[in-house]
Amino acid sequence: MNIQNIITEIEKIDPEVYDRLDSRRGTMQHLARWGGRIALTALPFALGGLFKKAYGQSAGSGVAAVLNYALTLEYLEAEFYTKGAASGVVPAGTPAVGAINTIRDHENAHVAFLKSTLSAIGTTPVSKPTFDFTAGGAFADVFTNYDTFLAVAQTFEDTGVRAYKGRAAELISNHAVLTAALQIHTVEARHASHIRQMRKARGANLKPWITGKDTGGIGAAVQASYNGEELTTQAGVDITKFASINAASESFDEPLTADQVLAIVKPFIV
Amino acid sequence: MEKLHPELPPAGNHEDLLPGKFGRRKFLSYCGLAASVATISACKKDNDNNNMPPAGSIDLGSGDIGILNYAYALEQLEAAFYTQVVASPYSGITAGELALLTDIRDHEVAHREFFKAALGTKAIVSLEVNFSAVNFGSRDSVLGTAKAFEDLGVSAYNGAGQLITDPAYLLLAGKIVSVEARHAAYIRDLISNGSFADSTVINANGLDLANKPADVLMAAKPFLKSVLYAGNLPMV
Repeated sequence: MNIQNIITEIEKIDPEVYDRLDSRRGTMQHLARWGGRIALTALPFALGGLFKKAYGQSAGSGVAAVLNYALTLEYLEAEFYTKGAASGVVPAGTPAVGAINTIRDHENAHVAFLKSTLSAIGTTPVSKPTFDFTAGGAFADVFTNYDTFLAVAQTFEDTGVRAYKGRAAELISNHAVLTAALQIHTVEARHASHIRQMRKARGANLKPWITGKDTGGIGAAVQASYNGEELTTQAGVDITKFASINAASESFDEPLTADQVLAIVKPFIV
Repeated sequence: MEKLHPELPPAGNHEDLLPGKFGRRKFLSYCGLAASVATISACKKDNDNNNMPPAGSIDLGSGDIGILNYAYALEQLEAAFYTQVVASPYSGITAGELALLTDIRDHEVAHREFFKAALGTKAIVSLEVNFSAVNFGSRDSVLGTAKAFEDLGVSAYNGAGQLITDPAYLLLAGKIVSVEARHAAYIRDLISNGSFADSTVINANGLDLANKPADVLMAAKPFLKSVLYAGNLPMV
């Protein structure tokens, strides 16, 4: 009987096993101690005690809640791009088709990844809501007017970046989940950058990064997604001492709370 | 010039950082050897000790301060690079490119100065850079280097997040890394429109790069005259 084999077998069933344990380092120290003290035949029992302790505690309702929150946002984005790509709103024969397909594929991958991660930590993934991408008529032509489509896309991406940022700290105890959330977070930021350039190419006045709390000409309908981005003081340090007011706000993206994000996406959920 | 750019791990490698594979990978690599219990018990168990940096090297430090100094070092590198880019624009640069590259310079300077101010007396010294491999007159050389730096920065923050213990510092890192990702996407699109998040950086699960400090610093090393010592940084 070999501890490594046991761990490997358990890991096949539960990829998150290490994160259920106190910490990887702690686990290794336990195992190292046992290796010297416990007869090999007793190992399964000893490991059983350790794993019972790990699984007896939930993965953390906080971690599951954040993942389900993220999943809801990814459902929104995935369906938006899937419908958009199929609608013909993106001009055929242009590079925009490839870009939207790339983003669509990432959002669908995020949905699948989050669902499998939730299942792995023993939590049932939330169901996909029914979406109304016109937001009750505010964006009535979202799948027929390319500019409206890009405006909604930009809002979803910039909001998504802020949403992940706002809740990452709640994942601090779970290294694997935190790292994955950070890895999704920067993908959303790359998307946001590109969508903003696509809007610029259509004549909108904006940059790949968020200046102040400017919506890039979309207007009041999406202002809540940008409020707070104008911050120019970080951890008590006045960034305008080193850069212009615009650069000081652009150089740091700001978080949104769950309540703020849910209020933003509420009009899109039936 | 292309091969002089820092090389990130191939796309397949960062899959090892995924939850699932992550655990096994770390488990197996924890001591470099994991063939038996005996080798595990022989493993060095204290990562937070005070290792002595080699003479002439700059110790990033330990704990959260070490991670912040690690970020400060990378921001110093980026700020120095874009300062040079803007001071001597490459041949054929457009007004639009110069304007946004100037923005990026300003952002990186803001990041650098923020870390310097926030770290106070715990900040490492100003680093000496080495851009001899960069041809600042060449658009390909400048943008290729910029792409490598931005992707590296994204992967560095993504990989370091789990090493941070203070939630406030984690949030600050998050505020910066998404701006780096916006830069990365812009630079990539300048090189080849549509490559903002291609499969060289985003894996099949839709996850961006995440790299350990040791790997990031190895990639940054050719661009630094100063020698950094990361032996006291926290480890997973």
